[in-house]
Amino acid sequence: MFKRIAFTVNGKAYDFEVDVRESLLEVLRNHLGLTGAKQGCGVGECGACSVLIDGVPHDTCIFLAVWADGKDIRTIEGVAGINGELSQVQQAFVEEGAIQCGFCTPGLVLTTTALKESGKDYTREELKRELSGHLCRCTGYQNIAKAAEKSLEGHICTCEDSPHYKGAII
Amino acid sequence: MAYTVVGKSVSRADAVAKVTGKAKYTDDFSERGMLVGKILHSPYAHALVKSIDVSKAKALPGVEAVITHQDIPKIRYATAIPGVIEAIATDEVGVAELKYATAGHPFSLDPSHRDKEDRYILTQRARFIGDNIAAVVATDALTASKALKLIEVEYEELEALTTTEAALKEGAPLIHDDCERNILSSAGYVIGDIEQALKESDHLIEGEYETSIVQHCHLENQISLAYVDSDRRIVIMTSTQIPHIVRRIVAQALGISWGRVRVIKPYVGGGFGNKQDVTVEPLNAVMSLAVGGRPVKLELSREEAMIDTRTRHAFKFKIKTGVNSDGKINGIQIEAVSNTGAYASHGHSIASSGGGKFRYLYQTKALKYEPLTVFTNLPVAGAMRGYGTPQIFFAFESHIEDISRKLKLDPIELRKINLVETGHVDPLNQTVIRSCGIRECIDKGKELIKWDAKKALYKEQKGVKRRGLGMACFSYASGTYPVALELGGARIVMNQDGSVQLQLGATEIGQGSDTVFAQMVAEVLGIPMHMVHVISTQDTDISPFDTGSYASRQTYVSGMAVEKAALEVKRKVLAVAHSMTDIPAHLLDLKQQHIVMKESGERVMELEVAAMQSYYDRVHAQPITSDVTNNARINAIPYGVTFAEVEVDIKTGKIKILEIFNVHDSGKIVNPQLAEGQVHGGVGMAIGYAISEQLLFDEKTGQPLNNNLLDYKLPTIMDIPEIGAAFVEKEDPTGPFGVKALGEPPIISPAPAIRNAVLDATGVAFNRIPMNPQRVFEKFKEAGLTLN
Repeated sequence: MFKRIAFTVNGKAYDFEVDVRESLLEVLRNHLGLTGAKQGCGVGECGACSVLIDGVPHDTCIFLAVWADGKDIRTIEGVAGINGELSQVQQAFVEEGAIQCGFCTPGLVLTTTALKESGKDYTREELKRELSGHLCRCTGYQNIAKAAEKSLEGHICTCEDSPHYKGAII
Repeated sequence: MAYTVVGKSVSRADAVAKVTGKAKYTDDFSERGMLVGKILHSPYAHALVKSIDVSKAKALPGVEAVITHQDIPKIRYATAIPGVIEAIATDEVGVAELKYATAGHPFSLDPSHRDKEDRYILTQRARFIGDNIAAVVATDALTASKALKLIEVEYEELEALTTTEAALKEGAPLIHDDCERNILSSAGYVIGDIEQALKESDHLIEGEYETSIVQHCHLENQISLAYVDSDRRIVIMTSTQIPHIVRRIVAQALGISWGRVRVIKPYVGGGFGNKQDVTVEPLNAVMSLAVGGRPVKLELSREEAMIDTRTRHAFKFKIKTGVNSDGKINGIQIEAVSNTGAYASHGHSIASSGGGKFRYLYQTKALKYEPLTVFTNLPVAGAMRGYGTPQIFFAFESHIEDISRKLKLDPIELRKINLVETGHVDPLNQTVIRSCGIRECIDKGKELIKWDAKKALYKEQKGVKRRGLGMACFSYASGTYPVALELGGARIVMNQDGSVQLQLGATEIGQGSDTVFAQMVAEVLGIPMHMVHVISTQDTDISPFDTGSYASRQTYVSGMAVEKAALEVKRKVLAVAHSMTDIPAHLLDLKQQHIVMKESGERVMELEVAAMQSYYDRVHAQPITSDVTNNARINAIPYGVTFAEVEVDIKTGKIKILEIFNVHDSGKIVNPQLAEGQVHGGVGMAIGYAISEQLLFDEKTGQPLNNNLLDYKLPTIMDIPEIGAAFVEKEDPTGPFGVKALGEPPIISPAPAIRNAVLDATGVAFNRIPMNPQRVFEKFKEAGLTLN
């Protein structure tokens, strides 16, 4: 069974029929050629397939394409500037050595981008919790944490008497 | 020596491609009309296939082929004769099924040095849950999955042997008929008179230690894409560490000439040894041949990949050590039993490799190593980061800690008394230790963690949360010499503007090898990094021959070829400059894209001018290239140490790592940021190995219980503490720029260091990993430690 959906991806409007059984990941990768989102588990455990749906990170392997109807979607392909200029988050990932095999990188960049664009403050622990849906086997997460902190410069809450810090489960 | 690019933290060559999502992995490629392959796995750990009925599966619309073991000889036979791909449909007989070996080792001309050929592409006898019984090729994944369910297989169940004890038992059924007592190999060694050495020691200390089965869990599962090209050659794009070896093994599995296979390796989403083995590729080739050479993609799911690729061997050790009261170790006797699962893969060489690399750390009068590698009806164990060393060092570095406590000796001093020194020659393989920074690593680690101050502070704790310190050492090797051949290949082409293409047979799988090779070339040629274009894709039709990424060999072994290739280009550039200026080439050098006078640094001409001359001189035009193979008949031994501080919760059994430092002597560090990345990743993986990860099976049936990323406890960003990485750069005279291995070493020593820290904190010795909260709690209870 097919269903017609309309959504925007990286600012571009689409309107076409999808198989109702297809995941958003399959539609992005197989129909739109946006292969930056990766499949690492297919069941929402690893985060490699994350994209932003209305600004919120989602695992697209378990997000049906039909649910994307009317949504605004942003993939890793929509993060850099039109001439390839890296975003601040991407630049931070490059500079901090947060990339190794690169399979988890697009998802992590997108979640960090959502955190940055939220304008909210985070403690280091909160930041880690936000990123904990992304598995990485190469980096031991050290430089990923550094890159995320650098991306959110000015929004990392370190003073121990802040309400953030008290709220954090450590 | 002062370098311009080597030793600097330049950004990865592929960083932009990966951070923008442009880097293409195997699944990001497709062909028009591409079909999907899926595998029917055995639901029994040990069973004979009595009959297979594929008629219903074949009748399903969208199914293009259903393949069983009966079809393999026909498909192979068709492949073996050029130009008769269409003969697949005929009933050729008389070609037996072919067994092949899967381990990613260099081939050996000596038949006694080859891997055990025990694998069929599809089997009639299932030896573990997940073994490959049949396969389907269909127009889409859903149809293929449906078709698998329509294949009717009648099995005769056999007794499943899931433990090495059961497999070794007198009268146990044989998993491979030609392996008595289910033993794959038992090749150990003896140095000196072990009985005498143990007898004359003041103390005889014994211990038993055990490690568990874990899995690599690279984020990209095994995946390949195969088709037959217009020359009737089989083309396989695959996520592998070893493209040239895949080419050979696929050809062997199909019984065809090696040149009829072409393997392409794009970006790879992690390997950690699991992709130093041939898993999906031969079956993928068969799938394509079964549909007339059309393109077929074969991707394993996470659940499949965790049981039907490779795992890390669980080991059990019994160690007996003779030591004098002053701490001098006279003799060590190690018995090791490893569970290699259903097929040989790397099993025989992992036990022997662990025992071999262990020898480079301590000096004793006598050493006896008796390994037994045993088949069971569990998933196949193979290469995984460290290749036998995480297991043996967990055992021995725990054991030496136990010795220090029994003899009331300082654990660090005890180790120092027995460590090897520079100049040591291995008595068995004659490897010379030409650089050895283990003592400096220990001193640095001790200082970083503030060992003495904290030791004093943590004496006699009684509370619920207790802190402790532990450390452990390791030795490793840079590549496999003298066990195996170590060829590295590099090719450089200089462009008209003085920039170069660097082609490698060595594979980038995330570790950063492309970047460090580019740094070496940039250094030799005096050009900036952006002028070195690394061809990251390996294509066996095009790339230089090199056996690939394993054994922490590439920066050392392939690096030798890269350095030589760059030096050859440099020599040729200077010869052109000489022809243009009459300045003797030996007085010239390359710096900052210029040909300069070596002594004064005075600029003679731009590099581009010489490069243009090489292309367009009307008489002597000859573009500057080099194509180098280096056979490294030498090794360099890296060392290192882990220092860990833990806080143990007596009530819950939870171990929290407060601080952890890995200090490595890996010779010259070409790129500190990438090197730290290797240490972080290895330590992170080792923390999982020590306290959370274990692939679980039902002991009776061999059924995997947690082959997914939810139930298998892979550390998340919340579980890993800050990891300290430090280096003692003892440059090895044999390595390019003085390098030694670094890829695998970070994973070796953290687990015993954490175990020793828990022992320090609580007085309880955990001789089995993982030390997960359940096990820790139970053991505390046993020891009467738990409060209420």
